[in-house]
Amino acid sequence: MSTHQANELYEPHRVSGGLLDPRQLLAAFPDAIRKLDPRVMVRHPVMFVVEVGSLLTTYSAIRHSSAFAWVITVWLWLTVVFANLAEAVAEGRGKAQAETLRRTRTEAVARRVVGDWRPGAVRPTEEEVPAAELRLGDHVVVEAGELIPGDGDVVEGAASVDESAITGESAPVIRESGGDRSAVTGGTRVLSDRIVVKITSKPGETFIDRMIALVEGAARQKTPNEIALNILLAALTIVFLLAVVTLQPMAAYAGAEQTIVVLVALLVALIPTTIGALLSAIGIAGMDRLVQRNVLAMSGRAVEAAGDVSTLLLDKTGTITFGNRQAAEFTPVGGTDVNLLADAAQLSSLADETPEGRSIVVLAKEKYGLRARAQHEIGHAQWIEFTAQTRMSGADLSEDGGSRQIRKGAAGSVVGWVEENGGQAGPEVAAVVEGISSAGGTPLVVAVHQSGEPARVLGVIHLKDVVKHGIRERFEDLRTMGIRTVMITGDNPLTARAIADEAGVDDFLAEATPEDKMALIRQEQGGGKLVAMTGDGTNDAPALAQADVGVAMNTGTSAAKEAGNMVDLDSNPTKLIEIVEIGKQLLITRGALTTFSIANDVAKYFAIIPAMFASVYPGLRHLNIMALHSPRSAITSAIVFNALIIVGLIPLALRGVRYKPSSASDLLRRNLTVYGAGGLVLPFVGIKLIDLVVQFIPGLH
Amino acid sequence: MNPTLAGFLQALALVAALALSHRPLGDYLAHTLTSAKHLRVERGVYRLIGVNGDSEQTWSSYLRSVLAFSAVSVLFLYAFLRLQNHLWLSLGFPAVKPATAWNTAASFVTNTNWQSYSGESAMGHLVQMAGLAVQNFLSAAVGIAVLAALIRGFRRNLTDRVGNFWVDLVRVTWRVLLPASVVLAIVFVAAGMVENLHAAAQVTTLSGGGQSIPGGPVASQEVIKELGTNGGGFYNANSAHPFENPNPLTNWLEVYLLLVISFSLPRTFGTMVGDHRQGYAIVAVMALFWVASAALLTYFEWQHSGTALQAAGAATEGKEVRFGIAGSALFASSTTLTSTGAVNAAHDSLTPLGGGVAVFDMMLGEIAPGGTGSGLYGMLVLAVVAVFVAGLMVGRTPEYLGKKLGGREIKFASLYILTTPAVVLIGTGVAMTFRSERAAILNSGPHGFSEVLYAFTSCANNNGSAFAGLTVTSTWWNTALGLVMLFGRLLPMVFVLALAGSLAQQHPVPVTAGTLPTHRPLFVGMLSGVVLIVVGLTYFPALALGPLAEGLH
Repeated sequence: MSTHQANELYEPHRVSGGLLDPRQLLAAFPDAIRKLDPRVMVRHPVMFVVEVGSLLTTYSAIRHSSAFAWVITVWLWLTVVFANLAEAVAEGRGKAQAETLRRTRTEAVARRVVGDWRPGAVRPTEEEVPAAELRLGDHVVVEAGELIPGDGDVVEGAASVDESAITGESAPVIRESGGDRSAVTGGTRVLSDRIVVKITSKPGETFIDRMIALVEGAARQKTPNEIALNILLAALTIVFLLAVVTLQPMAAYAGAEQTIVVLVALLVALIPTTIGALLSAIGIAGMDRLVQRNVLAMSGRAVEAAGDVSTLLLDKTGTITFGNRQAAEFTPVGGTDVNLLADAAQLSSLADETPEGRSIVVLAKEKYGLRARAQHEIGHAQWIEFTAQTRMSGADLSEDGGSRQIRKGAAGSVVGWVEENGGQAGPEVAAVVEGISSAGGTPLVVAVHQSGEPARVLGVIHLKDVVKHGIRERFEDLRTMGIRTVMITGDNPLTARAIADEAGVDDFLAEATPEDKMALIRQEQGGGKLVAMTGDGTNDAPALAQADVGVAMNTGTSAAKEAGNMVDLDSNPTKLIEIVEIGKQLLITRGALTTFSIANDVAKYFAIIPAMFASVYPGLRHLNIMALHSPRSAITSAIVFNALIIVGLIPLALRGVRYKPSSASDLLRRNLTVYGAGGLVLPFVGIKLIDLVVQFIPGLH
Repeated sequence: MNPTLAGFLQALALVAALALSHRPLGDYLAHTLTSAKHLRVERGVYRLIGVNGDSEQTWSSYLRSVLAFSAVSVLFLYAFLRLQNHLWLSLGFPAVKPATAWNTAASFVTNTNWQSYSGESAMGHLVQMAGLAVQNFLSAAVGIAVLAALIRGFRRNLTDRVGNFWVDLVRVTWRVLLPASVVLAIVFVAAGMVENLHAAAQVTTLSGGGQSIPGGPVASQEVIKELGTNGGGFYNANSAHPFENPNPLTNWLEVYLLLVISFSLPRTFGTMVGDHRQGYAIVAVMALFWVASAALLTYFEWQHSGTALQAAGAATEGKEVRFGIAGSALFASSTTLTSTGAVNAAHDSLTPLGGGVAVFDMMLGEIAPGGTGSGLYGMLVLAVVAVFVAGLMVGRTPEYLGKKLGGREIKFASLYILTTPAVVLIGTGVAMTFRSERAAILNSGPHGFSEVLYAFTSCANNNGSAFAGLTVTSTWWNTALGLVMLFGRLLPMVFVLALAGSLAQQHPVPVTAGTLPTHRPLFVGMLSGVVLIVVGLTYFPALALGPLAEGLH
């Protein structure tokens, strides 16, 4: 992972989706109209009731035509259309993405190996078949420039593959047989070399197919929490339906029989239309926010589970520390000036292309102001590259009247080199090396051999795992959210503890085997906790399947991708934290809008009830605390507000409410204030404002 | 002492007494419901009815026991009433008419104690003692038993057992209700209540007129009438009758008794789930509504604007002078908030808004503090709804007391909150539709409507108090209200027990910083809001046509 990404991730941020473009609303309009089909509407019980109500008022308005009846009728239909619009806009974003994906899915031709393929088979017989005819277990040959015809694992060879079609990342990646980087995805292109791929998916069920289905929402099912909320909303709708239906005989007794239009208006105002209209859009947008972060959730259930996670298993490498060890400190020995050591360390590392080598150059530059010189800038230099045999890198510099040889490398190798060249390492070096090793770091010794002098050790470079900047604060946030972090590492317990302390994780699992990981997940789940983890290897697959939220890296094996319930196309394990936040944000948005919707009722009662009955019971005028102009304007205002608030909240539904990691009490206090108290007050203001306009419309005053 | 101060001190003494009994009574009830030991008498009863006191039931088996027990109770009581003229101590009264007998049987079995008869002119002493009073004990115990099953659902994990109905029923009756009733009956007799088996004495008054002075085993029945939140009076005048409620002291004691179990049960809940703070949060919500209701009702009775009432200084019509405004208002709000339904004043004569408070109290679903057991289980169901909505706002799928609230739990909670409003509104709507049934209404205009609304609200919520003014002795009213009482009692029990079963099966979720705290003031406020908006406001249109139309000028 690049440093750039790391910075972006750890800055204080707000989980958010893209902004809503008004053009999206327009584009989604035809879909919104199409969704008026009662067979579609019936899946949203609250809005279905509104649609039936709209039909009733339409009938009534036709029979007893009046400006008031038509205005109410139009706004009731608009209420339904706005609700559909919310869903259509949310789906529209996914559709655009699916379109892009579909363009990349070309009808490839596969070179299938005839008969059984055996490892090492030279030039097996091939036949050309359409990709759609590939079956599980087939072997296909793919060479440079060809598209991989289906999902599978590389069983022979290695190749660089362009996966930009699915990840959007243009840099090619290496895929090779064996190990954890063997999975290839259908529709991606081999750029070099030749590989043999064993097909692991049926046609029509490839990764890209599933991706298209997911982002399009075709595979969308209501999630458990969505179902529960729908039940509650349906119950509230029935209660209000009863309240309104039984109101008519009561009103008749009072001598104030109401028209169908008014009764339907009261019903629509009372039932929780705001949340009913936005509920499915919230769910789709939640999935969409993940897709925008290049994470594919295989089900909405997984996104919800992410919000509930109470234990995060985080791989040390790549999540908590950078992938490679980095130079952290130069320790001079024998009275050497530290600047001299830094200079020598940098020179000796210029030819070292490993990440460790580069980190030495960077440290010398950042801490000691030594500009990283390019190799060609230094004349008369012979560069010694790092090899596994010498375990050293360095440079031989010919300078005025002499030569200078600098070496840097593993302690044993460099000390040996010093002794070969007449020098002595001394006990001080051994002590420093020992100290670094015992702290979990890697010591690299730097030595110099000036012509005419015995070689001597200048000092030691301390390579260590560098904990990512800002991760400690992130774990702090997680703790306030009630989430425990456990670091998983193959390091020995000593090293693991040092890093765990530095990063501030709650616990760690050292020398972890896949079995240990599995046992840990089971143990946590046994205590009723939900566990999230990331993984990429085949041996991670059982744990990924066991975890409640298992995020597979796209670079991983297909077994891992199959086992997890999410796939991160960027293969960035840190994203797990973001996934949890998105899950929480999704649930909060649902709860906030439900609260808002229910709290809205209070104002609507005060608008509509006096309007209905003040003519027979003048005392009820006291309930008209908003001082609305007339019964008709009051009812119209309530209905207009009810419809407009849906449109007004579409951006919030798509973006999700503001979420800052904090404790449950703080979150509740904040959201209850904003959406509960706000939901009580806002409609009073809104209805009054609309009334100020509506009262001038002829036929409504 | 001026009446305002006297009223205030009465209420204060009540709060203090309730607070003092909260812990010991709550813990004793918890012990009763959880103890592993059976008493010898109890073992005898189990042998007699053929149940194994050590086995436990699934929620559906528990429910079947509740329903079967209720059905048998209704049939038994119905037969008793129909045959009373053949039994001892009938005082010469004829058999109770079928419709009235059905209504009364349903009423007493459901802890409603709606009375479409006058005790002193229809019921013999044996029916009162062995028929009606027995149900006063048992129906109160059934409520607590169902509550116990729900609490076990919260408390237990990975089991399908929610307790044994028969054990709960017998223990609550034998260990709690009976001993308390015996002791307190003596106190009541000492305070001036009658307790005899005399028939009515016919006397000639000083002015020469004839008067019938009834006797009866009143004190012994009075305790359980209040303690079990029953409310069925021995006499027609209920607690306004001088033999049933002779003086301010007995009046205060009656109010205390009808509140004490329901206000102590949250402690039982806290003790049984192992977290007293949860109980305190619930009792805080209950207290909030009770204090607000009592304050409002008293205020409206003092502040009436009619000419005569202004002259009298308050709305004294229909109130007993010996209790005064404060004693009557406190009684009225306590009896309507607890599903008791005993009255010491004519609720029909409350001021329109005061009567509105009384009917709104019942509309809240009898949960603050509500009937014995039924009040707390109702409040817990609403807590489930509140947690569901609030829990989402903290970014987790909601959980209450370590139990996840998923589709199943919300389904049962939703059905629960749907039932009573449906019964009230449909009942009222139907009654208002039929011209012939409307004839039963005494007053015209909104007050007449309030009478009907009050009757259905009272019966569906198993309160049992009446607004009077409505003649409910016809077959239609007796039958309809009998059905309403049974639906309003048994359907919610079905959903509560189903909820209990579904909770008990779950694996608990551990509490973390990310868990919604359900014991803080914030949650108390949230739950109160849900009670008010989700339950109370449903009736707003109906209230507007009755008490509000009449009371706002």
